[in-house]
Amino acid sequence: MFEKIWNDHLVTENSGSSIIYIDRHLIHEVTSPQAFESLRLTNRKVRRPEATFATMDHNVSTRSRDMDFADPISAIQMKTLIKNCKENKITLYDLTNPDQGIIHVIAPELGLTHPGMTIVCGDSHTSTHGAFGALAFGIGTSEVEHVLATQTLVQQKPKTMEIRVEGKLLPHVTPKDIVLAIIGKIGTDGATGFVIEFTGEAIRSLSMEGRMTVCNMSIEAGARAGFIAPDETTFNYIKGKDHAPKENFDMFVKKWASYVTDPGATFDKTIVLKAEDIPPMVTWGTSPGQVVGVIDVVPNPNSATDPTVKKSIEGALAYMGLQAGQKITDITLNKVFIGSCTNSRIEDLRIAASTVKGKKVSSKVTAIVVPGSGRVKRQAEAEGLDKIFVEAGFEWRNPGCSMCLAMNDDVLSPGDRCASTSNRNFEGRQGKGGRTHLVGPAMAAAAAIEGKFVDIRYWS
Amino acid sequence: MKAFTTLNGVAAILDKANVDTDQIIPKQFLRKIERSGFGVHLFHDWRFLDDAGTKPNPEFILNQPRYQGANILLARDNFGCGSSREHAPWALEDYGFRSIIAPSYADIFYNNCFKNGMLPIVLPSEQVDELFKYVDSTPNAKLEIDLMSQVVKAGNGKSYSFDVDSFRKDCLYRGLDDIGLTLENEKSITSFEKQRRSKFRKCLKENKGK
Repeated sequence: MFEKIWNDHLVTENSGSSIIYIDRHLIHEVTSPQAFESLRLTNRKVRRPEATFATMDHNVSTRSRDMDFADPISAIQMKTLIKNCKENKITLYDLTNPDQGIIHVIAPELGLTHPGMTIVCGDSHTSTHGAFGALAFGIGTSEVEHVLATQTLVQQKPKTMEIRVEGKLLPHVTPKDIVLAIIGKIGTDGATGFVIEFTGEAIRSLSMEGRMTVCNMSIEAGARAGFIAPDETTFNYIKGKDHAPKENFDMFVKKWASYVTDPGATFDKTIVLKAEDIPPMVTWGTSPGQVVGVIDVVPNPNSATDPTVKKSIEGALAYMGLQAGQKITDITLNKVFIGSCTNSRIEDLRIAASTVKGKKVSSKVTAIVVPGSGRVKRQAEAEGLDKIFVEAGFEWRNPGCSMCLAMNDDVLSPGDRCASTSNRNFEGRQGKGGRTHLVGPAMAAAAAIEGKFVDIRYWS
Repeated sequence: MKAFTTLNGVAAILDKANVDTDQIIPKQFLRKIERSGFGVHLFHDWRFLDDAGTKPNPEFILNQPRYQGANILLARDNFGCGSSREHAPWALEDYGFRSIIAPSYADIFYNNCFKNGMLPIVLPSEQVDELFKYVDSTPNAKLEIDLMSQVVKAGNGKSYSFDVDSFRKDCLYRGLDDIGLTLENEKSITSFEKQRRSKFRKCLKENKGK
């Protein structure tokens, strides 16, 4: 399947480096300004403005839709994006647009993501779009400029890895747990140099939103990209979306359906997991690979044979303020964040809302829910989810990246401990000295009520 | 882009695996719209005791007098993982590092280095270990990197050869502009676009004929 997409986009090849055509380019306020500036300096033009779509998400405030509500430097970045998009005739979903939101949430829901496409963005979580059977990956700002100027990228062909998740998930186990279990198994560099194809019954039975959660965190395993072959679930999701093909939809489906891996195709590497072995997962450390099941304990550095690993565990425990052998369910929290490009879609909010319905957030916890887009927000409000959250004591915010990377006004304070549905638990990621535990939406919601982690499977 | 031919200088060591781009350049410094001036914020949360960056943390290795002026960074596995922010190589380069030596890198970071005249060198863990020991135990330890012959020479006479993709090597060695190079293939890109459009039209026609 990867080969098919690659070959379909190969413009030319030269001693191991290939020029690959890019179908869809997504941009945001943080990693694009220098690319536009450089285009101006070199007197180059945007080759195909209609192939690029923009939003502002990273440093917008989720408390206000006023650009100036954020700090003045962030406001300059947003205004620069508006200016660049206007000058170059690029469609922008800014804060005045009802469909603004996190780039990896809005592009699929607007129907901009199709199977077989090459999709890039100056953001590592571009791998999300692989859920549709697209080859989607994050790039740096120089490459953003390269795509704007040439609609292509120079790439070295990656290796392929199959990650097969066999069988059925247990009740209360979510797509987030699958991907955390995968990263726990192969490590944060387990897939470096590879593109991952996720296969198996447990993957196949996921909704599009679940698939997006899994592909979103491929980058946390080091992968260049992660994808899932398209099927009826994919086609049904795309049908009727704003930018989906209308008149000739069946013709597109026929083409899209050809992006499957032929039986007997070989991968450079294959990893197999059994879905029934996956419990709700919780990260205890400062890297997404430092993760265990909720019933487990914080590991002991002395159990590591490799001195670098031992040092990493010791460093993580010191930063996280945890003891080896401590039960995950004994970890108390004071912050809960439900949101991010990993887990801020309507199904995530439904599961979180159903978890907290009729309950109250612990008096020791401050909890926020940040829908991924204007559309998710409106849908949630139409279903009354916002009321459930607010009555339980959550803050109900406007769309944005929010506390996932804390480039905005949603930031942890030193010593805060947060259950977060986002994708990175790096030191200081959510705020200097802040401690992040990555979990799925139901686990985060239950943790907000109890003020500590609970095993969602046995909690009522 | 600045060309990279040979580099001779002081190496600093950062003995930590999985150093992520959030550590290399924390997010509060990504709000600028320029490419320059990120070096003062490199490793900010480790390097400084205060938010303003006025009190250097004496414990942090790059603050040690012996590593001042270092232009080569010795690092561990999976260096530069996490966010795609090119601000990470911008910060390293602006601080003074032109080359990094580590057993492995995250893909996007690795790629971003080459776009900024920097050479990320991959050596086997054992060799990186040897270099760590050499630099750590030798005052004023120096390394010499020669891109053309793909060799790192340590001051103790040992040398280590490394691999690098020939296209990237050529671009870096000659300081070539990537976009300019791709635009030399303008005709191929245009004909690729034309071919796709005609394929699509053919498909539409067949579909309508049904």
